[in-house]
Amino acid sequence: MGSTSAHGENSTDGLGRRDLIKRSAALGLIAVPTMSFLSACAAGGDESATKGGAPKGAVTKENPFGVAKGGKLDVVVFKGGFGDDYAKAWEAAFDKKWGTTSSHLGTQEITAKLQPRFNGGNPPDVVDDAGAQQIKLDVLAKGGQLADLAVLLDAPSLDDPAKKVRDTLIAGTVEQGTQGGKFVALNYVYTVFGLWYSGKLFKEKGWTPPKTWDEFLAVCTKAKEAGIGGLAHQGKFPYYINVVIMDLIAKKGGLDAMKAIDNLEPNAFEGSPVALAAVEAVYEVVEKGLLMPGTNGLTHTESQTAWNQYKAAFIPSGSWLENEQLKQTPDDFDMKFLPVPVLADSKLPFEAIRAGAGEPFIVPEKAANKAGGLEFLRSMLSREWSTIFAQQANSLTVVKDGVDPAVKLRPGTQSAVEALKGAGDNTFNYLYTEWYSEMGTEIENASNELMAQRIQPKEWIKRAQAAVDKAAKDPNAKNNRRS
Amino acid sequence: MSHVAQGRGKGGFIAGFLIAPLALYLTFVIWPYVQTFGYSFTNWTGQSPTFDFVGVDNYAALMKDEVFRGALWHNLLLLVFVPVITILLALFFAFMVNAGGRGGAGGVQGVSGSRWYKVIYFFPQVLSLAILAVLFGAIYRSDEGGLLNGFLVKLGVVDPQHPVEWLNEPNFVLWCLLFVVVWHGVGFYLVLFSAAMQTVPKDIYEAALLDGAGRAQTFFRVTLPLLWDSVQTSAVYLGIAAMDMFVLVSTMTSGQFGGGPDHHSEVMATVLMRNFLYFGKSGYACAMGVVMLTLTMILSVVTLRATRRERIEF
Repeated sequence: MGSTSAHGENSTDGLGRRDLIKRSAALGLIAVPTMSFLSACAAGGDESATKGGAPKGAVTKENPFGVAKGGKLDVVVFKGGFGDDYAKAWEAAFDKKWGTTSSHLGTQEITAKLQPRFNGGNPPDVVDDAGAQQIKLDVLAKGGQLADLAVLLDAPSLDDPAKKVRDTLIAGTVEQGTQGGKFVALNYVYTVFGLWYSGKLFKEKGWTPPKTWDEFLAVCTKAKEAGIGGLAHQGKFPYYINVVIMDLIAKKGGLDAMKAIDNLEPNAFEGSPVALAAVEAVYEVVEKGLLMPGTNGLTHTESQTAWNQYKAAFIPSGSWLENEQLKQTPDDFDMKFLPVPVLADSKLPFEAIRAGAGEPFIVPEKAANKAGGLEFLRSMLSREWSTIFAQQANSLTVVKDGVDPAVKLRPGTQSAVEALKGAGDNTFNYLYTEWYSEMGTEIENASNELMAQRIQPKEWIKRAQAAVDKAAKDPNAKNNRRS
Repeated sequence: MSHVAQGRGKGGFIAGFLIAPLALYLTFVIWPYVQTFGYSFTNWTGQSPTFDFVGVDNYAALMKDEVFRGALWHNLLLLVFVPVITILLALFFAFMVNAGGRGGAGGVQGVSGSRWYKVIYFFPQVLSLAILAVLFGAIYRSDEGGLLNGFLVKLGVVDPQHPVEWLNEPNFVLWCLLFVVVWHGVGFYLVLFSAAMQTVPKDIYEAALLDGAGRAQTFFRVTLPLLWDSVQTSAVYLGIAAMDMFVLVSTMTSGQFGGGPDHHSEVMATVLMRNFLYFGKSGYACAMGVVMLTLTMILSVVTLRATRRERIEF
């Protein structure tokens, strides 16, 4: 071993140093996993970031918010299923009218891009706060970051100055955008929720779209016999299956059952025969093996694409589905909307649908050009801008009769419009998802377990009620009430 | 005198170089830590610069938070399994590649084709975690379209009507993720250990061979002791990776920032992010961050202390 010691003599020093470097490098790396989170925690400066403020224009009937000519307008939109071309067209129109220079940012990373700006006190002037990474509105509202949009509702409409903006909106828009008693978010896109199927597949197989839950189960059974799945759902995002569960509850129990949940009643789920019946109905699909195999673990795109490939008869979703699946849908698929079928003794008719305003546009309280932001929103509620949106994004807006009849819609959207007409006044919409993020998440987790057959309907009810009871302790619970 | 003056001048000279990096380090590394510590005592929502001081409420709530405790438990499980499995596999492969072969003049060489194995084993390391998530997402996919399920269905092991929902099975999900981490890491540590093994003088091996040591004996009596420093460092690195896991869990599992099904794959980082960005409980999330930092530091110190051995010089 002579060579060993000889080697050692020369290198004791070197080894020691190398060792030291290795160790200190390892210790330095302690920081790595935690650091990114911790430094993300660090907020920007405090409120002192007051800007010079945009120059004010004179308040007139044509200019109710006092927008100054010229200046800047900072717009950030969620670039999701609707793209962001519509917003670019709007900004061009706005700049032309007011002589402003708009800056445009279309992104999916709303939180990442905007959180530092909200914290730093220099948010944009208009934000389309949507998508999976939206900043939750309840959180923004609690932080006092949202401008009160009541002034917008009371301003004259651009199309007919004799009317207030408030009167040009589809019912429910104001309610949907209210947080803690204040109207803070203009949900611009009118969305319907329910089940979707392929008109082509149903015609081929000779199936009739079901109106009752029993008929629905029958179609699913026939589908299974034909070698395809009955119901597909976006298992990785239990949000979607909750649409079915909650719609069944609202339809069977009527609006009171829905409000009991939004108002966090102690018997919203627990002891409610309506809720139990709804959950049991969905569970029956699972028990009878009528789900598309593997659907519980799929993402929304995976399951929707499988459905587009005729691997399942039904899938739940909102009316953005058609746009989202544009590339995956075969040309002759003939997408159709179906209101969620009803259980026996339901208080609402089959035609009733969950319909509501989505895609919240907000004006931050600390926006540099708040007047410009408000005026932008007012312009969005004009017929001209509403038509631009319908054309570019193939979706309806909350403006009553806001779309030029000349615009041709795709089959899915068209069938949703017809369903909406059929529903008449029988529309409803849940608000708890907007008001209580944590409760929504907990109910989603329970639904995930239910669909995987790891819990039974009774256990689901227990967990959902526990989530409701927990949310009832939220200080906002007393303001977030609907009647 | 002149000696002292010279010393001072030198000190000032060195300090002059260090001030800028030190200031940067204090501003961008240390200050956020301090701020986080401060925020952990507030009810900051993360979306507004205003908040109230709430004392140790966040830490008290954290003690009772079952989701966080579950996540901590998962991190600890990973902390044990990720380093142990990765290091054992990497050591085994490195040994086979470097000294596992038989025959030849010196008797100390890798199995045949070992040069290629080294390159191939290193491949997974080249992929970023985001790509890994997509890749393994396709492997674990819960319907017949998934690689694993497709394979098992073809073999007749799995009923096509009931494919295994790998990442949606409470009992599998954590192990599925563990597999990805190990698959990703083994190649890198193989190369690391290979490099360390090559610094071991061949004559030690020759001596061992002459004394009649078999492969296993050579490994345990010669290779492992001489590699101890590298193994120790690897354990710390892998331990830190196991305490993180954020990217894989958040992209591969269900739920807002992952953690599903029903919190069965939750790690501390995912709970932290959900509270920080989604529930608007940023002060609370900062308290979690402080706990994570403390735990990771304890872990590193303990690992380095516990694995300290007498140095073998060669």
